[in-house]
Amino acid sequence: MSTLIESAAFRSEPEARALVARIHALATEPVSLMEVCGTHTVAISRFGLRSLMPDGLKLLSGPGCPVCVTPLAEIDRSIAAARMPDVILTTFGDMMRVPGSESSLEREKADGADVRILYGPLEALEIAAANPDREIVFVGVGFETTSPTIAATVAEAKQRGTPNLSVLPFFKTVPAALDLLASIPTRALDGFICPGHVSTIIGSKAYEPVARERNMPCVVVGFEPLDILAGIVMLLEQVEAVRRGTARASVEVQYRRAVTREGNEAAQRLLADVFEPCDAEWREIGTIAGSGYEFSERYRSFDARERLAIEIPETAAVSGCICGEIMLGLKLPTDCSLFAGRCTPRDPVGPCMVSTEGACAAFYKYDRQVS
Amino acid sequence: MCLAVPGRIIEIDGTTARIDFGGVTREANLTLVPDAAVDDYVLIHAGFAIQRLDEQEAQETLKLFRELAQALEDEKRP
Repeated sequence: MSTLIESAAFRSEPEARALVARIHALATEPVSLMEVCGTHTVAISRFGLRSLMPDGLKLLSGPGCPVCVTPLAEIDRSIAAARMPDVILTTFGDMMRVPGSESSLEREKADGADVRILYGPLEALEIAAANPDREIVFVGVGFETTSPTIAATVAEAKQRGTPNLSVLPFFKTVPAALDLLASIPTRALDGFICPGHVSTIIGSKAYEPVARERNMPCVVVGFEPLDILAGIVMLLEQVEAVRRGTARASVEVQYRRAVTREGNEAAQRLLADVFEPCDAEWREIGTIAGSGYEFSERYRSFDARERLAIEIPETAAVSGCICGEIMLGLKLPTDCSLFAGRCTPRDPVGPCMVSTEGACAAFYKYDRQVS
Repeated sequence: MCLAVPGRIIEIDGTTARIDFGGVTREANLTLVPDAAVDDYVLIHAGFAIQRLDEQEAQETLKLFRELAQALEDEKRP
């Protein structure tokens, strides 16, 4: 079987030992690296990689979980749409348990709302065809890995003339967030573990401005243990050169079997046709200029916010929660007084505990003993 | 949420492909990788192939890992 679908080769122990030894040799001074992808968050925790790191090397989890950075008001908007009698609300499963101000999609479904979990957005087209007298609303959450699949679905709906499908556009884009993180004056970050699957779409070139202008080392990394360890080695080598002043930061690709400099140009063209960049609010972080997508003029009629008059209640911030500081790389989940007490995956307070890919949820499940 | 799973294209019909995930097969849409062909390995996310995978690059990466492991082994020898 090909190594491309058989992951054992990327989990081999002798190679892992060699990479860990290299990491220990390189990390002679304190260094903090941040991943910005929920799949990395889970992989680092699940494979116990944090416990293999030298004392001075911190692996931080940035705002890499799209569910976690979706503002409360947008959760409330999804819930309000689900309550409309003519609406079938369709969503990825990750959104179901996220608490809004007073309910969740899971609770609404239990109370009788027509909420359906989809494996992929194309299923919404079939539901729309089968229910011509209902409005099918898709909760459009995701980074650049996911947004092209929704762009393709909407383009197909336009071509078919589907009149009853719309999308709540809550999309976020990664490079603008990295630039914000890298620009914090008190930043404690030395390098980015860039998201592998987002990069299959946008290409490694998307990080070149942040590497160049912020002198921030960036390595695009895969998701198997050896990928992540090798990515850390590459970052440490860059960090050392940047600290010594012998080189400027650059973008390197460890995940070469999937990521090119240019990325997926067909997907980029589709994104540019269906969406246009907009300012977007990231929960617990704030508004980041140019970090979201709204529908372009040609596709504006697919915006569920315009098509349905959705009214939402006032939202209130959660007190005591430090998810914002965690996602900015300033604190770890274990620094939060609510962690594992008042705030658990069963009864989450903050967004990073809500999704299984959130930093707090991953820490709770895998890292508590070693932290 | 950005989880993507690698699989091999075993059949293409228009923009729909049948993908083999090491024994389990499932359909996926090829709109985002229009030049993908049968026997190509692709990453699947939310019902769509999002990128083709490069077997040669995978072998190169693994070779690099093996060399590093060998170098460590050699260092340990007296």
